[in-house]
Amino acid sequence: MNGVHDMGGMHNFGPVQYEKNEPVFHADWERTMFANAIALLGGRYFKVDEIRRATEMIPPAIYLRMSYYEGWMRALIILLLEKKLVTEAELERGHAAGRPKVPMQALPKEMAMYAMYNRIPASLDLDIKPRFKPGDPVVTKNIHPQHHTRMPRYVRGRRGRIEMDHGIFLLPDTNGHDGPDRPQHVYSVRFEARELWGEDAPPRDGVYIDMFDDYLEPQTK
Amino acid sequence: MGMQKPGTALTDVQMRVKALASVLAEKGMVKQETLDAIVDQYETKIGPHCGAQVVARAWTDPAFKKLLLENGSAAVDSMGFGGLEGAHLTVRENTPAIHNMVVCTLCSCYPWATLGLPPVWYKSAPYRSRAVRDPRGLLKEFGVELGSDVEVRVWDSNADMRYLVLPMRPAGTDKLSAKQLAALVTRDSMIGTAQLAPYRR
Repeated sequence: MNGVHDMGGMHNFGPVQYEKNEPVFHADWERTMFANAIALLGGRYFKVDEIRRATEMIPPAIYLRMSYYEGWMRALIILLLEKKLVTEAELERGHAAGRPKVPMQALPKEMAMYAMYNRIPASLDLDIKPRFKPGDPVVTKNIHPQHHTRMPRYVRGRRGRIEMDHGIFLLPDTNGHDGPDRPQHVYSVRFEARELWGEDAPPRDGVYIDMFDDYLEPQTK
Repeated sequence: MGMQKPGTALTDVQMRVKALASVLAEKGMVKQETLDAIVDQYETKIGPHCGAQVVARAWTDPAFKKLLLENGSAAVDSMGFGGLEGAHLTVRENTPAIHNMVVCTLCSCYPWATLGLPPVWYKSAPYRSRAVRDPRGLLKEFGVELGSDVEVRVWDSNADMRYLVLPMRPAGTDKLSAKQLAALVTRDSMIGTAQLAPYRR
C-alpha cells in the first residue's frame, strides 16, 4: 500500500526530537498496550505481518498525529474486530460478552519468558534454490500493490546488487493477509545513494535493504 | 504525548486501552502474570546494556568478533540475547572508512533482544524519512560529522533481519576490561547515530 507509513525519502517532517534519558514507557497505558499485543502475538491470535498491515490501514491524518502505542491500539482493534474475537459493543462497554468462538490458549508466562531470551527463527528450512547469489545485479519491480508489502516506494524500479542471501522467509505481502504461504529467499540488496536519490547524493554512500525474491528481477542490458 | 498528570481525567486513548485490556482479560485471551512478566523484562532486564556486553566482548575476543560479524544471531544467542526481535541479527562494523547506521523506514523494526525497545525518535517520522535520503545531514544533528572519504551505509530493516552496529573502540581504552568497556558503549553508537568519544579517566 502506498501509505503514509512508507516514509523513506519524504521531506518536511522537521528535525528529530531527541529525549535524553528516555524511559522505556511514558505512561502506564503504554505498558498495558505493549504487553497485551505481545501476549496476543505469542498466543498466535495474529501475526506480526498482520499487525503491520493493520497499522497501515489507519487513515493517514490519524497515523501522523497519533503516538506510537496509540498505533498499536488501533491496529490491534482492527485485527480483533476483523477476526471476530471481540465486538464493537464489548470494546465500548469494556466488558466481554462471552468467550471468543475459536478458543485459543492465553500465552503462558513461561512461554513468554522463553521467547524473550531464546532464539525462535522465522526462517524456514525448505529446499528452494536461490535465484540470485551475492554480487548479482538486480532491479526491483515497479509495483504499487494495494495490499501490504515490505518493498518501500523509494527502492521500486531501482537497480542494485545482491549483498547476501539471508535464507527463506514467508512473503509478508500474503502473510499479512489471508493469502497463501509464499516462502522464498530474502536477499540483502545494496543500492547506491545516487541510484536512489540522483546525482547530488554522495558518490560512495549506499542503502542496504532486504528484498524478498518476489520483489526482484535480474538486470538485463 | 500519552502522559497523564495526577488529578486529570483519563484521555480517550487511555480509556480505550483500559477497555480493550479488560475485554481481553475477561475472555481469557491474555493472562495478567504474562503481561507483568513482559513489561518487567523490557523495563528492567532487556536493554542497551545487553548490546553493550556484546560489543565489549567483540572488542576483546577476536574469535567472538569473527562469529558476531559472520553469524550475528548465533553469537548473541550464545550470550542469551537471541530472543524476540533478535532471532536474525546482522552486525555491521564501523571502521575509519565505513559508517553504518540503522533505520526502519516502514515501521519501527529494531533489535529488541540486544538494545531493548526503541526510543521514540527512532520510530518517528523525522528519523524514518531522512535516514535513507540524507543520513549525513541527520548524523550532523546527532553530532557526528563524517568526511567525504567515509562511506555511509544505511541499513533499512524492512524484513525479518535486525541490525546492530559494532562501533569503533574508543582510543585510550587498551587497558580496560570487557566490563569497563561495556560501560562506555551507548545505545546510539549501536544504532549508528553516535560515535564513542575518546576515553579519559
